[in-house]
Amino acid sequence: MSENILTFPRRLPRQQVAPNAVIGVLIFIATEIMMFAGFVSAFTITRAAYNTWPPIGQPRLPAGATLINTSALIASGIMMHFAARAWQRDPALARRPTLIALVLGLFFVCFQGAEWVRLIHEGLTLTSSNHGAFFYLIIGMHGLHASAAILALGIVYLKMAGRGVSEPAFRATRFFWYFVVAVWPVLYLRVYL
Amino acid sequence: MSQPAEEHAHAHDDHGHDHDHGDTGAHGHHEDGFIKKYLWSVDHKMIAKQYLFTGMAMGLIGGFFSYAFRMQMAYPGHNVPGFGVVSPNEYNQLITNHGTIMIFWLAMPVLIAAFGNFLIPLMLGCDDMVFPRINRLSYQIFLLSAIVLIASWFVPGGGFGGAWTAYPPLSAKSQYNLTPLGSTMWVIAVALEFVAFLLGGINFVTTAMNSRAPGMKMFDIPMVVWMIVIASILFMASVGPLVAGAVMLVFDQQLGTGFFDPVRGGDPILWQHLFWFFGHPEVYVVLLPAVGIVAEIITVFSRKKLFAYKTVLYTAFGTAVLSFFVWAHHQFIAGIDPRMANVFTATTVLISIPIAEMMFVYVATLYGGSITLTTPMLWALGFIGEFIIGGVTGIFLGSSGSDIYFHDTYFVLAHFHYTFVPIAVIAVFAATTYWFPKMFGTMMNETLGKIHFWGTVIPFNGIFIPLFITGMGGDHRRIYNYANFPEQWTPHLIQMREFATVSLLVLIAFQGIFFINFFYSMFKGKPAGNNPWNANTLEWQTVSPPPHGNFAELPNCYRGPYEYSVPGREEDFWPQNEVG
Ligand code: HEM
Ligand SMILES: [Cu+2]
Repeated sequence: MSENILTFPRRLPRQQVAPNAVIGVLIFIATEIMMFAGFVSAFTITRAAYNTWPPIGQPRLPAGATLINTSALIASGIMMHFAARAWQRDPALARRPTLIALVLGLFFVCFQGAEWVRLIHEGLTLTSSNHGAFFYLIIGMHGLHASAAILALGIVYLKMAGRGVSEPAFRATRFFWYFVVAVWPVLYLRVYL
Repeated sequence: MSQPAEEHAHAHDDHGHDHDHGDTGAHGHHEDGFIKKYLWSVDHKMIAKQYLFTGMAMGLIGGFFSYAFRMQMAYPGHNVPGFGVVSPNEYNQLITNHGTIMIFWLAMPVLIAAFGNFLIPLMLGCDDMVFPRINRLSYQIFLLSAIVLIASWFVPGGGFGGAWTAYPPLSAKSQYNLTPLGSTMWVIAVALEFVAFLLGGINFVTTAMNSRAPGMKMFDIPMVVWMIVIASILFMASVGPLVAGAVMLVFDQQLGTGFFDPVRGGDPILWQHLFWFFGHPEVYVVLLPAVGIVAEIITVFSRKKLFAYKTVLYTAFGTAVLSFFVWAHHQFIAGIDPRMANVFTATTVLISIPIAEMMFVYVATLYGGSITLTTPMLWALGFIGEFIIGGVTGIFLGSSGSDIYFHDTYFVLAHFHYTFVPIAVIAVFAATTYWFPKMFGTMMNETLGKIHFWGTVIPFNGIFIPLFITGMGGDHRRIYNYANFPEQWTPHLIQMREFATVSLLVLIAFQGIFFINFFYSMFKGKPAGNNPWNANTLEWQTVSPPPHGNFAELPNCYRGPYEYSVPGREEDFWPQNEVG
């Protein structure tokens, strides 16, 4: 009966849909997408109630300069993709493109920081209007995610240089970076234009 | 992609940390120190118990709060024994924290985190969650969230009193809520709790996808595991917008932004949308695990296959999807476009269909079975009976026409308590009494269990049936003292309020029996053996309580979980892992 259940004639194989880390990160990304959707819809609703946007007396956002920055971020995402392709040939080959992606990402974050300093001088602050409040909230949230992802990429890069990194860990970090890159154009189109 | 089982069992954590099991060598062959065993454990069963006990302790606090404010309802201005005189401000703080605790620190941690942690690896036949350390972190963050919440009651100004729905501007401006610190700590506590459940949810879903026993196909997964997994997905999909709203609320409270301030171009109704976009799915997040628990129990104690397994499963998925399209039924009065109100009326009435269907399925499962009325079975049946009342009254609220009269009255309050009490109390007792033997290796006392059952369920109705009546009589929610409203201070309504409060006192008194039974049985109960209920699911096919690593050898799975009374077999059950 149920007492002798612990012996089996043979072991059936255990099925994995995808590596654990990859599934975990994908679920996390889905949650994050919903959070950004919340921010963007809140912004859209609030903005719809204004006759002019930006509100009177508030500076315009530097849409042109940010376009440069946007292309840096997208280039970084493409680099990550190259890193993935290189990994398939030889994991060691993935190091260089990862580093380039990392540097481009860093450029993006620093550029954003410089822009913020300028905007604050122009009078756009968290409390100057809902324009400022949403700008710093949404773009800041994205910057936070970008910084965290860059940190993760940095760790992965260092591990690649040292002991090596497992494929699922590399893939999971990559996916998170793709997410950071992919939400950006949406935020840019909604918030800057 | 497939991996051999041995490799998998030790390759949980792909992030490349050296893995806890790997460090300690073979399962169960070593003694951990006290701290490692009880406080720093990565074992899913220990984490489940941590969640269970923390949740129960919080539930006691939430129950005590309800005692204090119910006394104030029935005998306004009198000294409440054990609490003192309830001031208006304290009254608001009590109801707010009562609601918050019961939903976020009792229902969620016990139903999803405690039983999810305990059952998922055992029922799937694996040795632990796929990310054991993330699991431990999840509990630690949860504990921190509870501490932050409790601490918020002791800061200057006291705890938050703006209702568990935290509508601005009351929640956003300290000149209105008078709790400059308490309100922010409340938001932070809830946010931390969400992080804990996000980590837990990732674990649950990934484990269910990747670690099932060899041979366990989609439709061989026990219903309760499915339900907890669907609930986790639902939680994670709906919580994002509320987190966004919570960040905005904290900014409004502490940094001086005006997201929800109409004077500065903000929109207070926006919060209600962000809140209820999460809030309504949340009611299904707690409902689905409860429904799953009931499915396990009624099949075992009626010795029958679950009627229409696939239908229940598809219904759960359908309900989960639909629950994203009903939220605005909480705003029929707050001011939404009447055309939208019609749409949301339709979706709301629609969502009661799948729930009703599940109840019919359960009745069909019981029909013709050989029913044994054990304590867990009584709780499961009690769930079905009581929850139906909650569901039926929801229909009146979902119809925007009648809701205009019922909104924010005690009718609404009684409605959702007829849903939440079956979930957070009745189903929790069902699960606790049913899996107690597996958790602690001993049986609970049946006589005490039955006394406790009747002593809980009868007073429960005694509390909330009168509140339907006071609600229809015009009693508004969140009123400190009805003596100030002469038209509500009639002998009939006064009697109803007193009846409800006295019933609550009776209910609380009977909980003592549960705790006596619980702790006595834990230490002195008679040994349970592996499978005291003759159940099929895998958790019953190992020793009680299961050792670290759960199974001496990880089981295979050969059939579905509900093969009871199969013709031609000697025994009326057929464990999932038994060959042939
Ligand atoms: C069977 C289908 C259900 C329907 C049609 C329904 C409908 C409604 C409606 C329309 C309201 C808003 C009433 C008002 O504020 O005027 C409401 C409130 C509420 N319902 Fe339900 N409901 C259902 C199931 C549930 C379930 C399963 C739960 C919990 C597990 C639940 C918990 C609540 C809560 C907590 C509130 C009050 C929120 C507050 O504080 O304002 N409901 N329900
Ligand atoms: Cu609702």
